[in-house]
Amino acid sequence: MSTPYAKLPAWADYGLIPLINLLVAFAVAGLVVLLVGENPFRAAVILVEGAFGSGQGIAYTLFYATNFIFTGLAVAVAFHCGLFNIGGEGQAYIAGLGVAAVALTFDSTLPWWVIFPLAIIASALVGALWALIPAYLQAKRGSHIVITTIMFNFIAASVMVYMLVNVLKPVGAMAPQTRQFLEGAQLPKLGWLLTELGMKVRPSVPLNISFVLALVMAFLVWVLIWRTKLGYEIRTMGFSPKAARYAGISESRIIIVTMLISGALAGMMAINPLMGDQHNVPLDFVGGAGFVGIAVALMGRSHPAGIVPAAILFGMLYQGGAELAFEMPNISRDMIVIIQGLVILFAGALENMFRPTIQGIFATLSPKSVGVVAAKGERA
Amino acid sequence: MAEAAIELVGINKSFGAVRANRDIALEIPRGTIHGIIGENGAGKSTLMSILYGFYQADSGEIRVNGRTASIKTPNDAIAAGIGMVHQHFMLVENFSVLENVILGAEGEALLNKSIAKARSELRRLEQEYGLEVDPDAIIEELPVGLQQRVEILKALYRGAEILILDEPTGVLTPAEADHLFRILQQLKDQGKTVVLITHKLREIMAITDNVSVMRQGTMVATRKTSETTVEELAELMVGRRVLLRVEKGEAKPGPVKLAVKGLTVKDSRGVTMVDNVSFDIRAGEIVGIAGVAGNGQSELMEAVSGIRKAVSGTVMLDGKPIDLTGQADPGELRDRGLAHVPEDRHHVGLVLAFDESENSILGYHDKPQYLKGPFLNLDAIQKDAQEKIEKYDIRPANPRLKTANFSGGNQQKIVLAREIEQDPGVLIVGQPTRGVDVGAIEFIHKRLIAMRDQGKAVLLVSVELDEIRSLSDRILVMFAGRVVGERGPETSEGELGLLMAGVEHKEAAE
Amino acid sequence: MEFVDTLINVLNSTIRLTVPLLLACLAGLYSERSGVFDIGLEGKMLAGAFAGAAAAAVFASAWIGLLVAILVSIGMSLVHGFASITHRGNQIVSGVAINFIAAGSTVILGQAWFQQGGRTPSLPPEARFGEIKLPGADALRDVPIIGHVYSGLLSGHSLLTYLAFLAVPFTWWVLFRTRFGLRLRAVGENPAAVDTAGISVAWLRYRAIICTGVLTGLAGCYMALAQNAGFVKDMTAGRGYIALAALIFAKWKPVPAMFACLLFGFLDALSIRLQGTPLPLIGKVPVQLMQALPYVLTVILLAGFIGKAIPPRAGGVPYVKER
Repeated sequence: MSTPYAKLPAWADYGLIPLINLLVAFAVAGLVVLLVGENPFRAAVILVEGAFGSGQGIAYTLFYATNFIFTGLAVAVAFHCGLFNIGGEGQAYIAGLGVAAVALTFDSTLPWWVIFPLAIIASALVGALWALIPAYLQAKRGSHIVITTIMFNFIAASVMVYMLVNVLKPVGAMAPQTRQFLEGAQLPKLGWLLTELGMKVRPSVPLNISFVLALVMAFLVWVLIWRTKLGYEIRTMGFSPKAARYAGISESRIIIVTMLISGALAGMMAINPLMGDQHNVPLDFVGGAGFVGIAVALMGRSHPAGIVPAAILFGMLYQGGAELAFEMPNISRDMIVIIQGLVILFAGALENMFRPTIQGIFATLSPKSVGVVAAKGERA
Repeated sequence: MAEAAIELVGINKSFGAVRANRDIALEIPRGTIHGIIGENGAGKSTLMSILYGFYQADSGEIRVNGRTASIKTPNDAIAAGIGMVHQHFMLVENFSVLENVILGAEGEALLNKSIAKARSELRRLEQEYGLEVDPDAIIEELPVGLQQRVEILKALYRGAEILILDEPTGVLTPAEADHLFRILQQLKDQGKTVVLITHKLREIMAITDNVSVMRQGTMVATRKTSETTVEELAELMVGRRVLLRVEKGEAKPGPVKLAVKGLTVKDSRGVTMVDNVSFDIRAGEIVGIAGVAGNGQSELMEAVSGIRKAVSGTVMLDGKPIDLTGQADPGELRDRGLAHVPEDRHHVGLVLAFDESENSILGYHDKPQYLKGPFLNLDAIQKDAQEKIEKYDIRPANPRLKTANFSGGNQQKIVLAREIEQDPGVLIVGQPTRGVDVGAIEFIHKRLIAMRDQGKAVLLVSVELDEIRSLSDRILVMFAGRVVGERGPETSEGELGLLMAGVEHKEAAE
Repeated sequence: MEFVDTLINVLNSTIRLTVPLLLACLAGLYSERSGVFDIGLEGKMLAGAFAGAAAAAVFASAWIGLLVAILVSIGMSLVHGFASITHRGNQIVSGVAINFIAAGSTVILGQAWFQQGGRTPSLPPEARFGEIKLPGADALRDVPIIGHVYSGLLSGHSLLTYLAFLAVPFTWWVLFRTRFGLRLRAVGENPAAVDTAGISVAWLRYRAIICTGVLTGLAGCYMALAQNAGFVKDMTAGRGYIALAALIFAKWKPVPAMFACLLFGFLDALSIRLQGTPLPLIGKVPVQLMQALPYVLTVILLAGFIGKAIPPRAGGVPYVKER
């Protein structure tokens, strides 16, 4: 009953159990499809075809995935320190101000390859600043970071509405958004890459160079967490604050630094839709990507090598979901929100539900692999 | 002998591979105070938790008043008339005394009647046993002694005829402890049965009628208290273990490396854990601190190594003071040559989820030899870990393996290798061989002696008396936060045992 | 007199805007007092609103709507309990999951069943909770002040509104005057004390979150069946989180919870009323500032600048018997 979980082979721990959790999440989603009177298998086929069946589809899938890589990495970095940053949504949204500041100031004078790095710095900085206050309050005053980051999501939303309506909206314009960015603040598209591979892609497709930035960030996060002293300290803190104290690692410093990095990653997400697609800053451009990051990080087990595919999976759901909504009018894009919720439930909160069963199976099939021999001998 | 209130027959209980109780038999006569004594980890608390229904025995039988009782939950125990005062109080701290007393014994769905009933019942108990406590006081505002009284009241309110107290004096001042004993005496006079779990011999001799001794999960003896002596009990408790004598030459003490003066440390509840402790350690000697766990050794060690705040006193390392404000940087102390092998290797000394090589640099991860700028120098770290693995015969010899997959002895070697190989001037070692197999114990002991012979100062804290005796050049005994005596390594176990039990100390004070 | 009318108007809409917050806040109180953090109030409210509106539309009965809203909301609570009590999963993660599942499924099911883009059909009066006129409200209407307050402010609300405010003293009574309340408070502070007293920690917590389900169901039902005439996509619009903020603001106590909700409801009513009208002395206050104020206040409170909000001590930690 209260026996600790016996050990499973690594491939079962990192491969089998997450896979089973994911399958269950999709099976339950399939039930919902069934409930609204559609065939879940046909829905799955349409979804996958819509996402990967054409160059156009792939380009959109990767465009959405770009957002989720950023937000997934943001959540994951905080997880490594034992922190739950639920504020990626707000950090990305408010970072739109950083993008706007750079783009609107320089887009008539500088080329994109100068503005792009400036925008990266500005968005990361603003996102980090938005994470700084909750981080400081957690580190120095013990305020629960989950609650403060939720609150900061709402405060960010109010600030953005105010800024877009009262400050950034051009005089005389109706829509609460900035003016269109000029060419200097428009990022080069990557559709041509797929064309090179022999696929048909319209030039308007929004996949752009920030996808490359996302992949670079995924790599850098891996380097940070597993190859630097700072990453070592972050992981020590995440696994055991007592060991961190013993090792002379300052708890408040690590919490604040980790949250700054997390906020910066979330902030960079703003570049993709703003400079890569919309070419202005509209209301609500994050569109829930900050929360998808939670599902992506949980599914990817906080490792960039898991996060990138998980983000592409969610990109597929977003893109394929659009196709699905077209083919099956009963299934709108909100289906993805359900799947997202189910993934968070089964891969996150219920991650250990199937563990005892699987351990049981392993124990029966091959007692040595889980090391139960000694325990059995004791009981006799 | 009177009829048995409790009879235990063939109780067995294992936690994983650890056999906490083996084939325990015990008879406790009604209307007596029965002591159960043993070292930490002897299985006393587990046995009582089984009796109280908190755990279930793997096998065996419990009889209450001669009848077989099936005790599966605390509810069953309460129904059988058993009450328990836990070592860590089971009180809701922001509740009033009354609320705590009625919790789980409210009687009916609305509280007003049960509160009124409890109020008058408390008044009765107060008069009967001298258990005074303000029923409307909030628990967290009460001193520890009164909180414990509330625990006793809880049990009596539920109609307990048999009262188990688990290490009740651990958190009490001597005056509070004396008051508690008077209460227990009164309970006995009223016909209640009291079971007192403790590791303090003085308490056993002072108030029990009978005493049972546990050692390593087994019940080794039961005696009438009037027919036994402290010496006999101490020996039964510790047992005649095979002494792993380590060959060592004469110590050649050099200059003072670590000087502790007037050190006082309080825990988070404000209880004084280390009380005005002073001692020196010289280069080339091992100073052992003997004592039953919980007498302030852990706090002493943590304060000296800069990870716990001290209230007053000084600690000088090579003549320069250590920051005792709790804000010290343990990294800086490492640079000054102070290494620390903590007692709790699972949560403090190691990160079990890390690779072996990652743990081999914990605390030294900012040393230039392990870094290339801001990056970890993985090649250097691996090579370093591999060298330590060979030198300390750590198995399996794989620096990439998760630390959780190593045995206790090998985990301890990982910590020791890390701390010793940094060539510190002062080494503080806590429980170096707890949970470590025999082969590794010998190896670890030899290493510590070698440290001494290289002219290092070693502070050794251990609850294992034979370890202290075979390694130390001087032995300090701690009891209730104080150093109550200094002895040479040839001192007999019996004498040290008495000191550890606070007997000598008490007599000297009187 | 114009000022009094305006004031009465603002206060009246304060009450209307407070009710869903209050019900959700009390809902959270039961759960969190028992040691189960619940950031899924939003989702449960939304699910309750949808289920209530759907059932009321199909059966043309407000009462059936209410019943179904509560049942569905309890169902969502039980999922949270299954994850966080039975399987000792992360309570925050589980709450987030529930919010998403509710947000998505209400729209998908609504579209599939009613084909109105995720809305439910507009409800006829008999399928809603109408306004209740308190006795004598008409007669007193013209009496200065008292009449204004009685007929303009206190009278004319739905049954659920009165229920919500009655739930405040009721919750206080349950918490501090019943055995269940005593145990509930105890398990949120020190589950080991409850366990050793022979009470099942898990069953106690399950009962607490069922209370949460009932109240979030009522909250959702109020929004769909009293405040509005049906369900609209994402109609809770973050109220579950404001309720959470109010709960922290009230330091997990029922009566302060009511005042916190009234404060946040008042800020909301004011921001609607003021849309662009300048205030005397202060000048024009941006609507967004008023909207953000509850969150800002909560953060300041959490930071410990205006009294410390100490959550139930065992909150967020799954109970495991220690060895």
